[in-house]
Order: sequence, then C-alpha cells, then structure tokens
Amino acid sequence: MSNLIDLVNHDYYEASARDRIAGILDPGSFHEFLGAENRTISPHLAQFNLTGAFDDGLIVGAGRLEGQPVYVAAQEGRFMGGAFGEIHGAKLVGLLRAAAANGARKGIKAVLLLLDTGGVRLQEANAGELSISEAVHGIVEARLAGVPVIALVGGRSGAFGGGGIVTAFCSRIIVSDHGRIGVSGPEVIETNKGVEEFDAKDKGLVWRVTGGRTRAMMGGADCFVRDRIKDFRAAAIAQIGAAAPFTLATLVAEQKRLAARLQSYGDCRDAPEIWRIAGIADPASIAEVSEEAFASLPRLKEAAHDAR
Amino acid sequence: MEHFEVRATLARRAPGNRQQAVVGVNASGNVEILVERTLSETETLVEVTTAITGYRALWQAVIEDFFSRCPTGGLRFAINDGGAKPDVVSLRLMQSAQQMGGGQ
Repeated sequence: MSNLIDLVNHDYYEASARDRIAGILDPGSFHEFLGAENRTISPHLAQFNLTGAFDDGLIVGAGRLEGQPVYVAAQEGRFMGGAFGEIHGAKLVGLLRAAAANGARKGIKAVLLLLDTGGVRLQEANAGELSISEAVHGIVEARLAGVPVIALVGGRSGAFGGGGIVTAFCSRIIVSDHGRIGVSGPEVIETNKGVEEFDAKDKGLVWRVTGGRTRAMMGGADCFVRDRIKDFRAAAIAQIGAAAPFTLATLVAEQKRLAARLQSYGDCRDAPEIWRIAGIADPASIAEVSEEAFASLPRLKEAAHDAR
Repeated sequence: MEHFEVRATLARRAPGNRQQAVVGVNASGNVEILVERTLSETETLVEVTTAITGYRALWQAVIEDFFSRCPTGGLRFAINDGGAKPDVVSLRLMQSAQQMGGGQ
C-alpha cells in the first residue's frame, strides 16, 4: 500500500492489486484475510525454480464501500500474469463460500472481484482448473444466497481463460478501455487456428475484438468506465443495486438473446463489421474516439439485458 | 533457487509503530518485500529468496548499505525476488522501511 500517490485519482491499470483495493474501498476500511504474514506461498513453484508471492497473487478480505460491508478479492496481474494456482484459487473459493454461507446474515452487500488474470497457472494447472470450477460454483451459490458478485476488469492481464469464465458468471461486469475479456487469448487462438484466423500481433484487432469497448457495446460488460480508480469505485457502488435477480427465467432470456446475437453477427471477423450491421454511422470511430466520448455513446439495442 | 539471510545487530530502533507492510510485486525485474516488526529493537534481518543464483555477495552489499542508511532495528524483511537489479532492491528496501514509519 502506498501513501505517496493519490490513489483515488490514480490510473486503475497502473496500480497494484493492493492499491486498487485501498482506492476503491472506503479509506482504511480494508481488513485482509490470510495476509502476507501467513506466507501462503505456492508449494509448487519452487519445483520449477520460480519464487512465489506471500499472498500467492490474490488478496482477499472485507471492507466497506460507501459504508456498506463488502467482500473483495484482487488479483495481482504482474505476479505470474495474475494466474490461478492452488492457493490463489483456494483463497478466492473460500471468500465466495463465506459470502454464500453467511454473507447475507452478516449484511455483506456484494463480493467485488478485481480480476487481472491470464487464466490458469501452467505450473499447477490441474489445481488451477479445479479452482476455476469451484469459484464458478461459489459465485452461483453466493448469488443464490442474495449476495451479488461484481467483476471489475481493467488490468494489464485482462480476464482470460478461466478468468473470463469467472467474469461471465458474475452478477455485473465493469470494464475500462484497457480491460480485455475472453476465454482463449489472442496467442492461443493464433497458435491453434493459424494467423489467418487471428493475428495476435495486431494489437488493434486484439483490442477491437476482446477490449472493453466492444464488450460494453455488445452487453458482454454492463458498465464502461474511464481508467481511474475513482471511476471503478463509483461504478461498483452503482452496480451493486443494479444486479438482476438470479432466476431461471432470466437465464432463458439470456440464452435467447445470445442465440439472436450469434445469428446477427456470427460471421463478423472484426468489431467494425458488427457496428456496420448494427447501423452505427461511422463504425471505425468506435475504437478511436476518446474514453469520455465513447462512454456517452449508446450501446447496441440488443446489448440491453438483465440476465446476469 | 537460493535462500539466504543477512542479519545485523543495530543500536537504532526503526521509528513508527506499524506492525507490517508489503511493498512491490514479485514480477520481472521487481521484488516483493514483506516487513514485520517482530524482532527485538536492536536486531534486524533480511531473508532473500531468489531464482537467480550466484549473486549473494552483491545482495549482502546492497542490504548492508541499506542497514547503514535506515534505522531498521526490530524489523524482519522477507524478499521474493523476480530478478531485480541492485538499485531496485535498494529502493524497495527503503520504501518498505518508510512504510513502517521511518527511513528516508
């Protein structure tokens, strides 16, 4: 935690996971569970001659958001790309299970997931994959217990692999320009399907397809924010109350919406093709206008949904 | 993988009352440092874990230089190294001492 920088006005993208938590929650309200002093270092990484992190790259705890009690988990995207390992995953699953088991009784209003991850850590892949499944189960249980789970995506690693799946299970998703959300990352697609399918070196293409603007335009994220910690904070406060009830009817409606979306845009190779079909006047401008100008643009009409 | 400790017996207690701080991240060219106020006021200790072997003498020099600059009595430092250069290690050590309430 740094007291030398103005966290609230600081970029979210550049901040560490600890600084993001400190700037998003009410000042001084964060109480960490299993803090660094417990030295919960991965038991697997040393076998690969890799040093670990005292929190295994995930910080979990409780705090207040505009006075309301919340749980929070933040991935440090610079430690092993924020990837899920055994302990990292177990800490997240534990927090979600706590929210499901007694969050409502304790007055917990939401779980904030500050995701910043490339997915599962290859050095402990089985444990990582298992923890993704358990985390998804934990999110569903927390939501069924009436505790919304809000994803915040705006770090350098985005939310990929299992992290993209975890994001999609959340009640609401907040994304910034830098935030990318997907399952298979650009390099994975290129490696498996060839450069003709997806050129991972074309950063413009990567951001147009997986980036925050496209996700927000199409309803893959519920809220687009400028890349500042204070904007993520304000959005998190607003999104807690916006989470829809978690019922079968909303899931059926979402299935219909996604099927229709695939029908309309399934053949598109790049985001501007979608904007053209959707009738946006200047499709190329979507990727180029300022963050503020983009934030004020209307989303595609089929993006509107409350299925999360 | 190398793990070693550098200890010193100091006369000067680290100022402040904060019990714990974490600075930096174990990322490429960076270090994560956990500081805890758990030792007696005249003792200090830095534990280093690094994947890059063969630089123990350099680590020793950087840490002893740090001890000479900052009063760190009572503080236990633990470093997870991601291949940081000596200047980065030095700055992170001073930042961690500053977070505990003292140092430059």
